[in-house]
Amino acid sequence: MPDLLIELFSEEIPARMQRRAAEDLRKLVTDGLVEAGLTYASAAGFATPRRLTLTVEGLLAESPATVEERKGPRADAPEKAIAGFLRSTGLSADDLETRETPKGPVLFARIEKAGRPAAEIISDVLGGTIRNFPWPTSMRWGSGTLRWVRPLQSILCILTDEAGHTVVPLEVEGIAAGDRTAGHRFMAPASFAVSGFDDYAAKLKRAFVVLDADERAEAIWHDATNMAFANGLEVVEDKGLLAEVAGLVEWPVVLMGRIGEDFLDLPPEVLQTSMKEHQKFFSVRNPKTGRIERFITVANRETADNGVTILAGNEKVLSARLADAKFFWENDLRVAKAGMQPWLEQLKNVTFHAKLGTQADLVGRVATLSRKIAILVKADPHLAEEAAIHAKADLSSEMVYEFPELQGLMGRYYLEAADRAPEVAAAAEEHYAPLGPSDDVPTAPVSIAVALAEKMDKLTGFWAIDEKPTGSKDPYALRRAALGIIRTILENDLSVSFIEMAFLSYAILLGRATGYRAAADAAEMLNAAKVIGDKQLIERMEAINRSLPEDYIEQSEEASLQFTKKKVEALGSFLHDRLKVYLRDQGIRHDIIDACIAMEGNDDLTLLVKRARALSETLQTDDGENLIQAFKRANNILAQAQEADGVEYSFGADPKFAETEEERALFAALDRAEAEIAPAMKAEDFATAMTAMASLRAPVDAFFTAVQVNAENATVRRNRLNLLNRITTLCGSVADLTRIDG
Amino acid sequence: MSHLPDAPRSFQEIILRLQTYWAGKGCAILQPYDMEVGAGTFHPATTLRSLGTKPWAAAYVQPSRRPTDGRYGENPNRLQHYYQYQVLIKPSPPDLQELYLGSLEAIGVDMALHDIRFVEDDWESPTLGAWGLGWEVWCDGMEVSQFTYFQQVGGHDCHPVSGELTYGLERLAMYILGVDHVMDMPFNDPQTDIALSYGDIFKQTEEEYARWNFDNANTEVLLRQFEEAEAHCRTLLDQPAEDPKTGKRIVMAHPAYDQCIKASHIFNLLDARGVISVTERQAYIGRVRALAKLCADAFVQTSAGGWRPEDAA
Repeated sequence: MPDLLIELFSEEIPARMQRRAAEDLRKLVTDGLVEAGLTYASAAGFATPRRLTLTVEGLLAESPATVEERKGPRADAPEKAIAGFLRSTGLSADDLETRETPKGPVLFARIEKAGRPAAEIISDVLGGTIRNFPWPTSMRWGSGTLRWVRPLQSILCILTDEAGHTVVPLEVEGIAAGDRTAGHRFMAPASFAVSGFDDYAAKLKRAFVVLDADERAEAIWHDATNMAFANGLEVVEDKGLLAEVAGLVEWPVVLMGRIGEDFLDLPPEVLQTSMKEHQKFFSVRNPKTGRIERFITVANRETADNGVTILAGNEKVLSARLADAKFFWENDLRVAKAGMQPWLEQLKNVTFHAKLGTQADLVGRVATLSRKIAILVKADPHLAEEAAIHAKADLSSEMVYEFPELQGLMGRYYLEAADRAPEVAAAAEEHYAPLGPSDDVPTAPVSIAVALAEKMDKLTGFWAIDEKPTGSKDPYALRRAALGIIRTILENDLSVSFIEMAFLSYAILLGRATGYRAAADAAEMLNAAKVIGDKQLIERMEAINRSLPEDYIEQSEEASLQFTKKKVEALGSFLHDRLKVYLRDQGIRHDIIDACIAMEGNDDLTLLVKRARALSETLQTDDGENLIQAFKRANNILAQAQEADGVEYSFGADPKFAETEEERALFAALDRAEAEIAPAMKAEDFATAMTAMASLRAPVDAFFTAVQVNAENATVRRNRLNLLNRITTLCGSVADLTRIDG
Repeated sequence: MSHLPDAPRSFQEIILRLQTYWAGKGCAILQPYDMEVGAGTFHPATTLRSLGTKPWAAAYVQPSRRPTDGRYGENPNRLQHYYQYQVLIKPSPPDLQELYLGSLEAIGVDMALHDIRFVEDDWESPTLGAWGLGWEVWCDGMEVSQFTYFQQVGGHDCHPVSGELTYGLERLAMYILGVDHVMDMPFNDPQTDIALSYGDIFKQTEEEYARWNFDNANTEVLLRQFEEAEAHCRTLLDQPAEDPKTGKRIVMAHPAYDQCIKASHIFNLLDARGVISVTERQAYIGRVRALAKLCADAFVQTSAGGWRPEDAA
């Protein structure tokens, strides 16, 4: 069985695309081969900056011959029908066979397809793969029309068996496949022929090319960590950078260089970011001091001077880069120590959103809201407001302009330099959190207040201007903001009403916004002003109100309250939806969440989730699951009776009308459960309440087995229906069980 | 490896070697365009000549101006006026990378000692409505050139594709000559009687232009000039192809493109003066791009742009 080797040799492929491309080549070619009947034993794809390689082992030498039998018309069918059948099968009348069937004599055709040699199939499949390769971006070059990620220079495509290797005949846009490739661009540029994959990989290695990206990455990491260790240092791990660097070299040579003394006092994150983003250097840290003291760069070649020239060049480039960073840092520190006022001023020139004002407007809103939310989450309201006012100041700094990914972190450094309270400095960094589903949420009270305020303002703002996420479109990352709010509340076990936060946020938005709604009417503004508690604003709004006709105020006040309420409710159901997604990922069924959302107090997410978790656990017990059935039965019987009789059976069940032991036992069980559930619910001890509820299962089941609810005696029947009502009311006080599936 | 020439001793020697090298590879050595531009790409020998089907090979130095980069001659690397070396070959030859590496050897980069890398960099010029794919070329971690295969210019697909090389001359020369501050770099032969450094020639002008760019350029005049250049460009292109005086077909693609370049540079000056807001910025870039597209449309209607008399029907 032959083996197949393919190499597509090109000018330098972007590092970020290599891994995916090697995988695409493997999949597209092997899928194409299998579809054409060529099965194989194993296949593997590789990529370097200049080549995509595929090796397929144990391939069939040719696709198997196939025989297809096809049933045609009856032998006595009109000539036209038989001629059509012959045309479609490509056979002559002599080739057909007549068989007797229950429906009479029928013509049958045997269509034999010869197998195709592997080379022919490969040529088709590879040609198609090259012409339609799914590069993220591709280009043309010279006068040709072929598209590839960068100019494709040669194609190696050979089949190897015991007899030796043969080139697969293939030509794509003037590039004929051959059995030759070339080594390292500088260290071994001569071309050479190969006879199979092992020969290819071995010759490449002699020509200073490591074919396997994982092998290159391992070699880099191994050498880098050894080199650092030998100097009592450690390399700062960065898997993304390692993969990228492994995609920039065919022959990795690790070199460790020094960072100029002048720059060692820069914050480590600045050094790290500058070195990584601009130079693709690894940072090397002194474990004793935590300082970044050296760098690792990976060259693509060995040199006679052991990399001395290369390293000197890299150190020089780094110095120029860090000189810029140091210049920014020192300029920024001057502004920070002088109070940051120019930065805050500058935020007035930066648009946050055309309809929601500037960054300065946003900061103003978030500062007021942070003060309010701080009270709810037991943080110092003055510190929270101060933190919010300064949390975005670093956006105006030179360092963040240069390295946007350092926003927040630089804010923290600069606020520390400005001798602000540690809580204020920390909030500048932490109020952005959590940035992703696995990122930590803030835990310091001031940071929590600002983080919640910032996200809440974002949600209410975009809700107010009707820019909600739809389908896969969420350009302002509002789902992420919602999840951030949910996680921050839950993971900190906060007892806050998000409806209250949303109302506050909305009121502040209206109070501060000028012209966001052309006719932002005075009554609405007055409401808002009252919620914010801004005296000046209240007076101004009241003055405007006094100048308006009486009925106008009444009307618009009512209308504006309705409007606000609707917006906030819509936002509330969005948050509940996000909560469902979040809890579903944690294994809580959506019907359980619905049953809890239907209860009062659903704007306190911590409470809501406690309830949902307790219910979820209860439903996993045998008693809990069966109780649901019993509850539903009770609920159905009750509903039917109420509808038939046109009355509500809502109270007055009396044990003196009980006729059976089981009935009396149920009365007793309900008394016990009620006595347990009511105080437990009051104490928000859902687990106890639910256990007590589940304990009703046995008496309720026994009741239904022994007793006919719709008894002939009207008094007994009414008493029993009222008893059922006690069951549904009691269970319903825990969660809305009618929403549970099954 | 071929025998390496001696190391160059001055800025101008590096330029002269590049000129000789690319002349030897068959390029027409052009002179700088006589207008203020932000980069070598703006020279009509690149922008316009990358359009149409006619083969082209040219190399030239282009003085370039970026008003916002002025630092009064104090920053070791940043200048508001600097030089680019530009090569454009259409169609891009299959060995363009090797040709490029040969040019580095010609100016004294020893390939056996340095680490040369082609790092992904997709080029886009929003003002020219142009984009291409290629790399920034790194020498020991420093970006020394841009290497681009033009895919689209002035909104037109490039057929055939041009290969463009851009060398940032000061940075490259500083590296080769081992100079840390651009103003200290020898411009002519440092052994000569009247040895001139880069600073001798440009320190004063960097100061003068930085003051002008940042604080004294008359924004009212500039705003008016922008409008005028824009209107003028459009008027030129609105003229019928046939010249009423000579009766010849003369499409004024180049004079119109001059006005487009002018508008682009005035926009850069206004930007440096800080009178253009973030939102306005996009609008200005869009207006220049619209002009560049009109000029490209006009150029492909000229014989240099591949127009033939039989296309008239």
